[in-house]
Amino acid sequence: MMNRRRATMTCAMALLIVCAAARTSPAQTLVVRGETVHTMAGPSIKDGAVLVRDGKIEAVGKADEILAHAEGLKVLRAKVVTPGLIDAHATVGLTGYLNQAQDQDQLEHSGAIQPELRAIDAYNPGERLIEWVRSYGITTVHTGHAPGEIISGQTMIAKTVGRTVDEAVIVPAAMVAATLGDGAVKGRGRNASGGQGDRKSPGTRSKAVAMLRGELIKAKDYLHKLEEAKEDKKPDRNLRLEVLGRVLKGELPLLVTVHRSYDIITTLRLAREFGIRLVLDGAAEAYLVTDEIKAADVPVIVHPMMMRSGRGQTENASMETAAKLRAAGISIAMQSGYESYVPKVRVVLFETAIAAANGLSFDEALASVTIDAAKILGIDQRVGSLEVGKDADLALYDGDPFEYTSHCVGVVIDGKVVSDEAR
Amino acid sequence: MKRFAATTIILLISASGATGQETPQAYVGAEIIPITGPVISDGVLVVHQGKIVAVGSAEATTVPADAERVDVAGKVIMPGLVDTHSHVGSGWGGDSSAPIQPDCRVLDSINVRDAGLQKAQAGGLTTLNVMPGSGHLLSGQTIYIKLRDGKTIDGLAIQDDDGNVLGGMKMANGTNSQRDPPFPGTRAKSAALVREQFVKALDYRRKIKQAGDDPTKLPDRDLAMEGLLEVLDGKRIVHFHTHRQDDILTAIRLSKEFGFRVVLHHVSEGWKVADEIAEAGVPCSIIIVDSPGGKIEAKDLLFKTGAILEKAGVLTAYHTDDGITDSRLFFRSAALGVRAGMSREKALHALTLAGAKMLDLQDRIGSLETGKDADFIILSGDPLSAYTKVLQTYVEGEKVFDRSDPKDRLLAVGGYGASEDQQTHMCCYENGEAR
Repeated sequence: MMNRRRATMTCAMALLIVCAAARTSPAQTLVVRGETVHTMAGPSIKDGAVLVRDGKIEAVGKADEILAHAEGLKVLRAKVVTPGLIDAHATVGLTGYLNQAQDQDQLEHSGAIQPELRAIDAYNPGERLIEWVRSYGITTVHTGHAPGEIISGQTMIAKTVGRTVDEAVIVPAAMVAATLGDGAVKGRGRNASGGQGDRKSPGTRSKAVAMLRGELIKAKDYLHKLEEAKEDKKPDRNLRLEVLGRVLKGELPLLVTVHRSYDIITTLRLAREFGIRLVLDGAAEAYLVTDEIKAADVPVIVHPMMMRSGRGQTENASMETAAKLRAAGISIAMQSGYESYVPKVRVVLFETAIAAANGLSFDEALASVTIDAAKILGIDQRVGSLEVGKDADLALYDGDPFEYTSHCVGVVIDGKVVSDEAR
Repeated sequence: MKRFAATTIILLISASGATGQETPQAYVGAEIIPITGPVISDGVLVVHQGKIVAVGSAEATTVPADAERVDVAGKVIMPGLVDTHSHVGSGWGGDSSAPIQPDCRVLDSINVRDAGLQKAQAGGLTTLNVMPGSGHLLSGQTIYIKLRDGKTIDGLAIQDDDGNVLGGMKMANGTNSQRDPPFPGTRAKSAALVREQFVKALDYRRKIKQAGDDPTKLPDRDLAMEGLLEVLDGKRIVHFHTHRQDDILTAIRLSKEFGFRVVLHHVSEGWKVADEIAEAGVPCSIIIVDSPGGKIEAKDLLFKTGAILEKAGVLTAYHTDDGITDSRLFFRSAALGVRAGMSREKALHALTLAGAKMLDLQDRIGSLETGKDADFIILSGDPLSAYTKVLQTYVEGEKVFDRSDPKDRLLAVGGYGASEDQQTHMCCYENGEAR
């Protein structure tokens, strides 16, 4: 509440300057007005508006106040305005919609541990499914390599616009994607993701953890040598260990996709041993071990509610996972996840709708795809709420965004209208 | 009516149900969506011995004096949902020995204790067409079931008056059924193999006719040919998996050549050939998934298919294709159809009566009308709202799902132990590759 008041005051002062500037560059300035504006930085504003200039949010407040100083500006109107939505974990841009070998770059099977693989080297900004999710209001995606190997690569965070990865990306290396439990295990007839050739390991969950620990210890040694050795004794540069070193130093969180409760406990144990910043991903059975997750102060990027949960490690998935974790005081965000078949990408808005219908309040649900997701991803200084100075990323809806019968009627990214058809 | 209401003990919804077959049950005060008529804001639904005996407004409907009254004010009642395409129960049809196997029956393979069936009850589904997969040109006979609380498939099967188990025939074209020999490698070969078998079936029928009353002249029994004859005689509707616009037209062409009844399934590119489908008078059972693609034939699958087919005048139903979509989220398909322009009325019709028509069951199910089976659901609100819950599901008057029962609730929302015995089925995805 206090924050919003302060913000509004700042806006009012800023407005005086804005108006003068607006006349000179109207194309870069616009107002987004909503019957309800969910700022996610305080209570929602009835008949609110957001003033956008040069890609940033310049003011947020009551519509009459904002419009009084915005004469002649383009005004987009909608029933509901929210911050642009954030998909806290996806593979979009690496997993092409055709699902043919040539457009599937989400998983490299030549080795079980390859943190040196970077999402930025595989992201296709022209992928049709990026436009698809954007049209429903998703403006930021945390995307990268899929689950299926112990370490599959480094993730990235991008806006859902841009002709090149450089135009799209906002965090080139966000986290290191890992998988433990059933998802990482190969051999003995299991074939979680296929294509692993004749590799025998990891053939059990214990082996997967042993391999990861072994690699982390190597990285520890590598860091040690880098720091301690004299100039002529420095080890050769090792891309793999360099990245794991960044994980050990806490610069990059380890994003571990894991579903069974006992695999979650294993993951917490591993993170404790190496002092790793951990983000749990998927975590279908997280509701069984909320005390342990809470005690470890680990956020959870909750599984897509619509993932096929009939068998295997996700058989106990619940539509109430998000609500139960949130109630236990655990930070949560929603994800679209990885899909190997139809649909090739899920829309995180639709996933969140199910969480909203199963125990999360509207505000909690919206936070899980905006400000809370931004915090978990470490980008809350830039996106996730409608506050002065943040990126002008907004989603416009003609009703409750979580109703399947509502439409996304406009999307603004970095102050530019990137979609204005009702979808 | 008012006098009755005032003196009625308000029964908790959960207290009613399975006991009511001998005594009429009157569900009073709900908004009723009968599908075949306008929505009734203060409705009465009376069921007895598994059938609907009265449905209408509170003013116009007489509640039998001996009826047990159930207050469902504030709730919404509509027919149980009909899913024309489901794979719950881990059923299989043909094996990899041949592309056309009309002798295989999915009924011989279904595990009715599979949690997928109970989840379907939780989603408000009451009638399913359970199908074998689409990895064959013809993978076998489908079965129409009611989601009764049966312990065997016989307890679930829908039968005709002569006791025959009802079902259709599953066919497919496009990429799923293209594999190594003896499966076809191209679309033209796919059609040729199908035509060859139907020609054979016509021969088989001719020989039976020629035998007349002389059993010694009858051809040897051939289960596969018998299956195809049931198709040619219109006793079994072909449920034809087809995505691409040209494959859709091929399916129609084959049905015209041999005169078999067909329902097109999935129909991802149906919006491109809606007029041709309408012209042929062929119904469509369509699927909605969250995004186009995932397999090359679904690259143009869009939410607007339902709206475009509606405009063209095509009888249109939605289906789950469970496990492709979750039966508990079946309403979502219709809601997304409305999002893309379908009318609300046709979207609800597409979850109920349209499907019933595609299974030849429109005289028994699919709407709330006197004389029809008492298959209905009680909802917490607007069926197309994401927040609405299925509270209870009734099949032939028996309550088969009750959200207030913790065991049923577990199936509705998921959680530990919610998927016992369940096997999701994806026909054409193996080893990390979509076929």
